[in-house]
Amino acid sequence: MAQFVFENDMHSLLKLDMPITNAPMARWQRKSASANTSALSPSKSMNRSLGKSKTPNKTPGKNGKLQCTPSKVGGDRYIPSRSNKQMDVASFLLSKDNEPVDPNASTEMQKAWSVNLNGYDVEEAKILHLGGKPLNAPEGYQNNLRVLYSQVTTPVSMKKSRYISTVPDRILDAPDLRNDFYLNLLDWSSQNLLAVALHNSVYLWDASQGDITLLMKMEQEQDYICSVSWVKEGNYLAIGTSDGKVQLWDVEKQKRLRSMASHTARVCSLSWNNHILSSGSRSGHIHHHDVRVPDHHIFTLTGHSQEVCGLKWSPDGKYLASGGNDNLVYVWPGLTEGGNQGAINCFTSHQGAVKALAWCPWQPNILASGGGTSDRHIRIWNTHTGTCTNSLDTQSQISSLVFAPNYKELVSGHGFACDGLVIWKYPSMTKVAEFLGHEGRVLNLTLSPDCSTVASVAADETVRLWKCFELDPLTKKAKEKMAKSTNSIIHQGIR
Amino acid sequence: MSSTLKGITLKGSAELVAEFFSFGINSILYQRGIYPPETFTRVTQYDMSLYLTVDPNLKTYLNDVVTQLKGWLFDCTVQKLVLVITCLETNEVLERWQFDIECDKTITGSSGTREKSIKAIQEEIRSVIRQITATVTFLPLLETACSFDLLIYTDKDQVVPEKWEESGPKMIADSEEVRLRTFTTTIHKVSSMVAYKRTDCI
Repeated sequence: MAQFVFENDMHSLLKLDMPITNAPMARWQRKSASANTSALSPSKSMNRSLGKSKTPNKTPGKNGKLQCTPSKVGGDRYIPSRSNKQMDVASFLLSKDNEPVDPNASTEMQKAWSVNLNGYDVEEAKILHLGGKPLNAPEGYQNNLRVLYSQVTTPVSMKKSRYISTVPDRILDAPDLRNDFYLNLLDWSSQNLLAVALHNSVYLWDASQGDITLLMKMEQEQDYICSVSWVKEGNYLAIGTSDGKVQLWDVEKQKRLRSMASHTARVCSLSWNNHILSSGSRSGHIHHHDVRVPDHHIFTLTGHSQEVCGLKWSPDGKYLASGGNDNLVYVWPGLTEGGNQGAINCFTSHQGAVKALAWCPWQPNILASGGGTSDRHIRIWNTHTGTCTNSLDTQSQISSLVFAPNYKELVSGHGFACDGLVIWKYPSMTKVAEFLGHEGRVLNLTLSPDCSTVASVAADETVRLWKCFELDPLTKKAKEKMAKSTNSIIHQGIR
Repeated sequence: MSSTLKGITLKGSAELVAEFFSFGINSILYQRGIYPPETFTRVTQYDMSLYLTVDPNLKTYLNDVVTQLKGWLFDCTVQKLVLVITCLETNEVLERWQFDIECDKTITGSSGTREKSIKAIQEEIRSVIRQITATVTFLPLLETACSFDLLIYTDKDQVVPEKWEESGPKMIADSEEVRLRTFTTTIHKVSSMVAYKRTDCI
């Protein structure tokens, strides 16, 4: 019969119309119960509701007592009534201090303090421990739990953070582009203008509107443009030419500001550091030009024996990196008054011409350099210590390197044999993506001002824009917020 | 074990509690990674596998402490056992494992017995040690090299034995505390607690 009893129980439970034993009282039951009690003493509840009414209709005061005193006294003066002041208690409290303190109370207090502070009573316990030196873990032992703890965050390289399209966002024609590895024919300004040098003329492509303007054309047919470089503000463009001159152009007025002649051979690399424009020439010399003064040529750096095809100032303007056809990479100090102007570092590891140079924007004194066809290595240098922190064989000529700060990645442009672009995760240098759209060797890369797009110019006479570092809208918003809030110099220093 | 025995004596209780501390301390040292795991060996005790150190120095040290503790447990003069984990470099206390011991002082010598089966006691001990193992999931990582010390709180009139010294309580200034389970042999009651340095949430 036991199973029937159980079945019945189950039924009654499932029906839900039976009163449930052991269950808390239902709301309506509680309500009715409380109503009953209030009904028993209606006067009390009435009084309470008056006393505690939320909106007192009397003049404001702390409580009812205070309000009724004035009417009793019947005036607006303050007349102290001694009768209800506890004078005896007051006098006792005042005189109490002079009496000796109860010794028992003080020990009680001490005990309480001791227990609170030490976790034990000094009077009743003592702490003992076995003397001698502590037994230390062997030297160099590291807590192996670190592995367990650090596993919470998934490794970054494993996480596929975003979708990267392998087709270009846009393709622009670049007819008559000189297929010369040593030239630097592409640069993107902070005002979103892309400057491309096509043989003997410089074209500007407005990336926001899509307009194309012809900025200038060389007067002599046999001369050609060797390098273009925007000043940081984006209003002036420096142009290095095959006749050894450096021209300075005002873009807004489309007017040449000055033509600076100092080199004896073509100027194939340029880099700005505020008002200092540094130019590298086929002669192997690097000239610093102060563009503000008439006597513009202020310094010459000699070190390279062949064409200087890579030239980059570090973001903080403290170092200038130069790479040449003599397979050397030099790091020069920034211009200081009467300072030593010898090279800080000379890296000799590359086996081919070094055109690709890039400073890490988020990590000072980290320089990436890439070698030519006979070298094919990307090397990461710490310029403070002068050591190579990483090197990687890419299997093809490296013509350009750009750091992409949005995702902390490094982009490399390649010639023979791959003819494409590769995105590497920095610092792990694992391959993130590869773009093989170009039909000729990639000559130059440049990053858009918002760091979302990389432009590449290649021997197939096209400029291709790859939108591969676009930020997630949410992170972008957060970043903008951050930038706004951390505008002070202190915060910038920490970054 | 002799589960046929009806009651538990003071001597047996002291033995059991001391044994618990021996395994408990070893477990903490292993689980918290104070010493390299390769210096531990696996043994089966309380129907579970536990780790005991094979490092000779550590072994003798623990033996000395536990033997002394057993004596005090028998005398019912011990109040607390505290395992303090300190950073080797800064000497800062990072973790504090506190075992409060309540002794039933009414029982003396080997005469009196109490009713509690050894099985039930071991079941309780097992759950305490299981909890010690489980604390790894919430205790902060000990990032620096650490050392440990054992403090024993005894009655005030206790004679300090040879080689033993008096010590401070070594409290943690800003700590988070987690109470663990309690077990009792009906003569000794051991309640455990771990306090660790609060780390700021980022």
